[in-house]
Parts: sequence; C-alpha cells; structure tokens
Amino acid sequence: MTDRLPEIDTHSGVETTGHEWDGIKELNNPLPRWWRFVFWASVVVAVIYWILMPAWPALPGMQGHTTGVLGQSDRADVAGEVSAARAARAALGAKLAAQDAASILKDPELSQLALGLGESAFGDNCATCHGAGGRGAKGYPQLSDDVWLWGGSLDAIEQTVKFGIRSGHAQAHVKDMPAFGRDDFLTAAQIDDLVQLVRQASHQTADATAAIRARPVYDANCASCHGDDMRGDRTQGAPNLTDEEWLYGGDAPSIRRTIFGPRGGVMPAWTDRLDPATVRALAIYVHSMGGGE
Amino acid sequence: MATRPNWLMRNHKIFEKHTFILIAGILVVVAIGGLIEIAPLFYLKNTIEKVEGVRPYTPLELAGQNIYIREGCNTCHSQMIRPLRDEVERYGHYSLAAESMYDHPFQWGSKRTGPDLARVGGKYSDEWQKQHLINPRSLVPESIMPPYAFMEDRKIDLSTIANEMRTLRQAGVPYTDDMILRAQDDAKAQAGGDYDVDSFRADYDTLSGRTGTVNVRDFDAMRGDPSELDALISYLQVLGTMVDFSTYEAGDLDNKR
Repeated sequence: MTDRLPEIDTHSGVETTGHEWDGIKELNNPLPRWWRFVFWASVVVAVIYWILMPAWPALPGMQGHTTGVLGQSDRADVAGEVSAARAARAALGAKLAAQDAASILKDPELSQLALGLGESAFGDNCATCHGAGGRGAKGYPQLSDDVWLWGGSLDAIEQTVKFGIRSGHAQAHVKDMPAFGRDDFLTAAQIDDLVQLVRQASHQTADATAAIRARPVYDANCASCHGDDMRGDRTQGAPNLTDEEWLYGGDAPSIRRTIFGPRGGVMPAWTDRLDPATVRALAIYVHSMGGGE
Repeated sequence: MATRPNWLMRNHKIFEKHTFILIAGILVVVAIGGLIEIAPLFYLKNTIEKVEGVRPYTPLELAGQNIYIREGCNTCHSQMIRPLRDEVERYGHYSLAAESMYDHPFQWGSKRTGPDLARVGGKYSDEWQKQHLINPRSLVPESIMPPYAFMEDRKIDLSTIANEMRTLRQAGVPYTDDMILRAQDDAKAQAGGDYDVDSFRADYDTLSGRTGTVNVRDFDAMRGDPSELDALISYLQVLGTMVDFSTYEAGDLDNKR
C-alpha cells in the first residue's frame, strides 16, 4: 500500500495524503511557497545569530556560554557609555573646580553646562526632600533663601552635598543638640521659659518676664553653640534664632519639642552615588538658587 | 504532479490513528526543547553569580518585605535597574541577579508608576521615609502614591517570623538554626531595642562576607516594639546596599555574564 502512487481527488485535482477516516480523505495541499521561504530563512537567521551573538550555554572552556563573534555584552556596553559620559563630564568638572562661583557664573558656556547638569541631578536626587526649585519643606531646609546652617559658599555647599549631615560618612557634618528635656538637663519650666526667649528673639509675641528668667539658662546651656547674640554658629550647624526662618516651625509647641529632644535631621552623603563633576554642578546649581555667598 | 508520498507522510499515519502513540510522540518532541532550555540550568555554575556582600534579610527586614508585598508596593515600584545608561545614571549600578537571590518572590519588573527602588537604601533619611509613607504629598506635592499612615500605629506580628525563615530556608536561604531561634529578639534589637546587637550583627555579616550591611537603629523614632514603619523602613534602607560596588569588578570574567 505504501508504494502506491498518491490518489488524486477528483473534485479539486489535488492529491490526497492517503489517510482516510470514515470515507473522508485529507487533501495534501502544499504550504504556500512564501511561507516555506520565511520558515527556512528564519532557520538560517537563527544559525547566523548563534555565530554572531552569545547563544549556547554550557559548552566547556567557553566562560559558560558561547560569546559570539561580535562579543556583544549589554554590561560592557553600559559600562562604556557611562564611563564615556563621565569622562565628558570630568572635563567640565575640572573646569568647574578650578574656578570660583563668580567666575563660573560669568562664563556663559560653563555656567549653562553646570546649571543644566545641576538641575537634572537636583531633580533626580535632591528635590524629593528640598522640593522643586529648592523651596524646602518642614525639616528640609529651603535652599533658595540666604539662610544656611553649614555655610552658603560654593565650597561649603559642595562639602555638604558630598558628605551629608549625620549621614554616617566619616566626614559628614555631625553636631547633635543635647536632648535638654528627654535627658533631664532642664526642667519643663525652664524649657517653657526658653521657648519664650526664642520667640522674643525672633520677633514673635512672647512673655517678656519668662524670657528674662530664661536668659541665664540660655547663657549656661545654649550660648556655646547658638551664640551670646543668638545668631547661631555655622561652624557647628547651629541655626540663627533671631531670624524668621524655621526648619521645624517657630510656634511655641514646635520650639518646645526641639528643645526637649533634638530633631537630628539627616542628609545622606552623595559622594558614593554621584561623580565629582555632578556634585560640583549641584553645588553651583544650589548656590545660584538665590542665596549663594 | 502525482509523486510518490514521502517517507514522513507514509509513516506518520501511525500517530494520527493511535492516541497513545501520538501522546508519546508529543512528549518526545517537547522533551527535546525542555532538555536544551532547562537541563543546563541544573549544572551551570553561572546562572546565579555569587557576589560578595549579598546576605539574607534580617527578621526585621523580612517583616518589612512582607509588608511591601502585602501593600502591593511592587505594583508601582520595580526593583530592577537595567543595564541602560539612563537607568544607571539615575538609579545607580545596574542590578545583579545575585542581589535578589534571597528574594522570594523577587521584585523585578518594568512597570514603574513610581521610581525603581533597587538602590533606594541610604538615598533618603529614615525620617524622610517615615514622613513620606505617612503622607507622601507633604514632601512631594506632585506624588500620586497613597498614604500609609496606619503603619505608624501597628506593631509587626513577630509570632510568625521564625516559621517564615524556616520556609525560606527550604527554598535555599541559608538561615542558621541560631538565627531562626533568635528571630524575634533580633527584630527588636535591630529596631533599637535593648537586646544583644553584636552577635546578631556578626551572624549576618558572616553570611554577607563584609561588615556594615546591617543597619541597627530606631528607624521610626518611636520607642517600644517595632512598628510596621520600622520594618518597612529597615527593608527600604537595605535595598541595593549589600554589594560594595567600589570593589565590584564588572569587567571580571566571572562577573561578565
């Protein structure tokens, strides 16, 4: 039977497969020529791909897989692209580092590059806390004003960006205010008096007699950092108490809460995350927000 | 036109007419594909690269991961930085397979309604994370993330954590008997409780192969037993920080896979 010539279906003129089910026979229409062409072409493409690209796993002596004639590697590609971008920025960074803020901002090309790079890096990394445009939030200093805790010069800003505040980095700014209430340095009454003194110093309504009572307490406990004139000390990150800018609020409960126990705000160190040129550009961008010194 | 039917056509009638022979034939064909695709994974050493620093999550971090999954954070946040320049520049070093080797389930993905979190550890302060979880829009006005303020008032349920670690151990996570035994104390210790921190740290550092991957502090700045905020923040703060990329050699042949 198997050697018989195929049967031709009389209606369509097409040969049958010779298989029959209850009198129904299957026509053996060949697949369209284009379909067969695509099929064999894709087989050929697959073979070419094996040769050019990393493909077969587990062949001995081949780093775990065939690496392909082209040696293509996504990881090598991205490493190359990133290092090329960093090299391009390094040149900019070197130029930025060599000059002071004023001359950078005078050079239109340089300042445009620095501000562009700084702005995009700020949006990715800083705006989540300091707000778009550096407007700040409760607990996160406004950067567009001229109030600075640790200094507003270009170098001081760069230092802070690099190493952060209480970030755990060895060179971070660290200065903790004592927990005057929580650790029982002062009584509740003394703290209430100090609140009035701080409110008076910052030109808010305050109980003058309480403020007078608080003055010796202030001199003994607070003046070493915040200064006799209550204007703060940037070398210690001690805020000026006489202005109207508040990191955690200037109302009596907020001030009391701060004296009771320090807030201990943390800024991360960025030196491990960002390359030096980006850090410098960030410093220039923040410096140019309005309050740079 | 009428040529002799070829060998295949003549003989594959047997498959068409016998169901069990057809099933056996299908199994043979599928097995060929399976053998080629799956079999190498069982003996290839490089399907998961071993990278120094990666360790199992501590009990507190594990509780945090459970909250992360419970709240569906993964529906908006991926934990997978792809090897593309824009992603590497924004989020940091591309993710390594080894970094999620102890994740069950892993948190890879490509749908990012929110940013990728693979390297969010250490990027923001604990206080920021706390405030942001309680009310995202107080810090990022344009954020569409829902608030999770209720976590502040909820203590984590530590009664199941040891069993969870036992389960993970069956999946290959190398927790020791000691770690499982001390799980509850370790969780409280990591959140700043008055417990033995040194041996807890040492145990996880040993698995990690480097020191300093365990953050021990009061993450939510609220005294008492660890809250859900403690757990979730401890988890977020460790993401992507276990491998020291200043010493990681991406060009090393062992790492170039």
